[in-house]
Amino acid sequence: MTKFEYSPAPESTSIVDIKSEYGLFINGKFQPAKGNKSFETINPATGKPLARIAFASNTDVDKAVNSATDAYKKIWSKMPASERGKYLYRIARILQERSREFAVLETMDNGKPIRETRDVDIPLAAGHFFYHAGWADKLDFAGLGSSPKPHGVVGQIIPWNFPLLMLSWKVAPALATGNTVVLKPAETTSLTALLFAEVCQQAGLPAGVVNIVTGDGTTGAYLVNHPGIQKIAFTGSTEVGKGIARAIAGSGKALTLELGGKGANIIYEDAAMDEAVEGIISGIFFNQGHVCCAGSRLLVQESVLDEVTSKLKARMELIRVGDPLDKNTDLGAINSKAQLEKIHELANSGDQEGAQRWSPQCELPTEGFWFKPTIFSGVAQSHRIAQEEIFGPVLSILTFRTPQEAIEKANNTPYGLSAGIWSDKGSKILWTAQRLKAGVIWTNSFNKFDPASPFGGYKESGWGREGGRHGLSAYVKVVK
Amino acid sequence: MQTKSPELVHDETSLKKFLLKLSPVDQVGVDARAAMLGTRSIKTSSKNLAIDLAIKMVDLTTLEGADTPGKVRALCNKAVRPDPSDPTVPHVGAVCVYNDMVSIARTHLDSIGGKDVPVAAVSTAFPSGRASQAVKIQDTQDALDAGAGEIDMVIDRGAFLAGKYGKIYDDIVLIKSLCGEKAHLKVIFETGELVTYDNVRKASYIAMLAGADFIKTSTGKVVPAATPSVVLVMLEAVRDFHALTGRKIGVKPAGGIRTTKDAIKQLVLVKETAGEDWLDPSLFRIGASALLNDLIMQRMKMRDGRYSSMNNVTLD
Repeated sequence: MTKFEYSPAPESTSIVDIKSEYGLFINGKFQPAKGNKSFETINPATGKPLARIAFASNTDVDKAVNSATDAYKKIWSKMPASERGKYLYRIARILQERSREFAVLETMDNGKPIRETRDVDIPLAAGHFFYHAGWADKLDFAGLGSSPKPHGVVGQIIPWNFPLLMLSWKVAPALATGNTVVLKPAETTSLTALLFAEVCQQAGLPAGVVNIVTGDGTTGAYLVNHPGIQKIAFTGSTEVGKGIARAIAGSGKALTLELGGKGANIIYEDAAMDEAVEGIISGIFFNQGHVCCAGSRLLVQESVLDEVTSKLKARMELIRVGDPLDKNTDLGAINSKAQLEKIHELANSGDQEGAQRWSPQCELPTEGFWFKPTIFSGVAQSHRIAQEEIFGPVLSILTFRTPQEAIEKANNTPYGLSAGIWSDKGSKILWTAQRLKAGVIWTNSFNKFDPASPFGGYKESGWGREGGRHGLSAYVKVVK
Repeated sequence: MQTKSPELVHDETSLKKFLLKLSPVDQVGVDARAAMLGTRSIKTSSKNLAIDLAIKMVDLTTLEGADTPGKVRALCNKAVRPDPSDPTVPHVGAVCVYNDMVSIARTHLDSIGGKDVPVAAVSTAFPSGRASQAVKIQDTQDALDAGAGEIDMVIDRGAFLAGKYGKIYDDIVLIKSLCGEKAHLKVIFETGELVTYDNVRKASYIAMLAGADFIKTSTGKVVPAATPSVVLVMLEAVRDFHALTGRKIGVKPAGGIRTTKDAIKQLVLVKETAGEDWLDPSLFRIGASALLNDLIMQRMKMRDGRYSSMNNVTLD
């Protein structure tokens, strides 16, 4: 009998209209960068160019900050909070209405599977606007003092792993609390931010409340140091985050940082094993492992190591790697050549340091940037792949003998963003969770997000929280 | 307690120990996995293949108090030639009826060229299973004598919920011994009454250890029935039991699978859980009645590129 294979099921790209060139979004209008400087953005799944994007100069950033300042002083800070909330609701609804367009565009620009942009990124992005819209006129009751006040103009720098979602995590609370925004998307993934600018126009958001300046790290650095900015919110690497903290120390600017991680995913021997294996898969292979809170260190109780490893390998054979626009794809493209090289470099260090590499049989496309789903067994705490963030589909498997040892190993890292606990025993879950130094702890689940739930890290994983009431506090001056 | 797997269990205590060692099931995780697999998009040639596979897997069923010989004969005609306008449509997996209809179905199938289509009889005081062992034995024997090639027995859910796992095991061993080599044994759990996925996993292992050829979700008389999550848990059980013993046990979801979309979702669950080997009528069946006509409608649509009128699909 013929095998039941899934035929290609590509999502149509006809819904998106990608322009050949994109300008900066300043004061409610798209405009070219000074001197018409621009850079190219490509589809990482094919390596083919998608569009050219304006490269903001310092003068352009000045213009954006001035526009945000004007909008703050003249319009946004004077508007009744309930009216601000209406704009957020309107944006949320438009994001839902145009969700397919956003999902396709995000997949093309980022390389992540359409199943994830369609089912996770875009619905959550809309969810953040809905959630924060509700807070706009209720801030006095958010537990942030009797009358919390906005900072003014906030500078926001977001990463390439969840482009629109990270934009929503930043822009929604900033607007709800009455701030205006200058946002810089990541160099390789600007397109959905620019489509979001169109949404702002469609929603009739007053000019200058949201400004989007595209560029590279130098653009971001200029924005960070700009005297017209009262608060910086950054999501990205720990190295850059430390640089930002140094740069603005003593300037009086408020700062939140959401940085790297090396999350421990702890599997106790009494866990529901099939579901734990699903949790391991989603922990490390969701979004190609380009997730700061990925469960990239698997800590397995030694008594069930063989069972977990064999079930995990069998499950990994089912991962469908390939065209991100195919609705059945599970693992898409690596976002950039630079990131692919970094993953190769760290994975090679795993080989050299004596860990055992394994990947399922799967063919990778010849064009674009790809990496097979990979696990390393026999990893020790001293290996680089147990210490450094790989930010790719690479899992390091370590073992432990007792709950105490699990905690010791899980916390033995400069990071502290996320952790997972898998056990059928409630008391053990609580005992473990109390001792883990991580901002987010999932029990019998992994990589679940909700706008009402605060997200952020301990130690070198960052400062401050995003989402929930805690996240609001980053965008207001707390007056007791 | 007699035993079919002396290497694994030999008495009630060892059976209970075996069941205690099974990994627990996390309800949220199972539901999430089943929902994710429900998003698989099956198009073009894979859809054609899935539709024909699903037709071959249908246990075309009528289990009504109002069943008559005429109704059962009509059903048999449908089973052998689901679409009279298209001879390339395969026959279904089996015809499933009450005991007293078995000989009528068997005789009629044989007379219309349906010798390859077995008759499945629901047995052991279906659907509740509330009868003495003597009655259950007689019930099964009647069906076998009338020519049933497959016996769909129900477990005693009351005994299961009271923790009398040994009784469930013994009942299955007994009915299996009556079936012998003559008939395949399917064991119905009525998962809607067992309620938890942990119970579904336990029941699956009891049945497999006791010698069932198939494990089946439901009678069709209780809601919920063959939900994707329940079928996922059962497919995991047959996959792991095969790894443990080398024996392949079949799975039969029944109840609530009415559309081609539902059926294809089941096939996706099979492919990505138990694996390709189970994508065969010898290891996977779908208990259904209305489903068959929807499969035929979709098959016509794939062939002609447009939806056909319901008047072109025979109602039996």
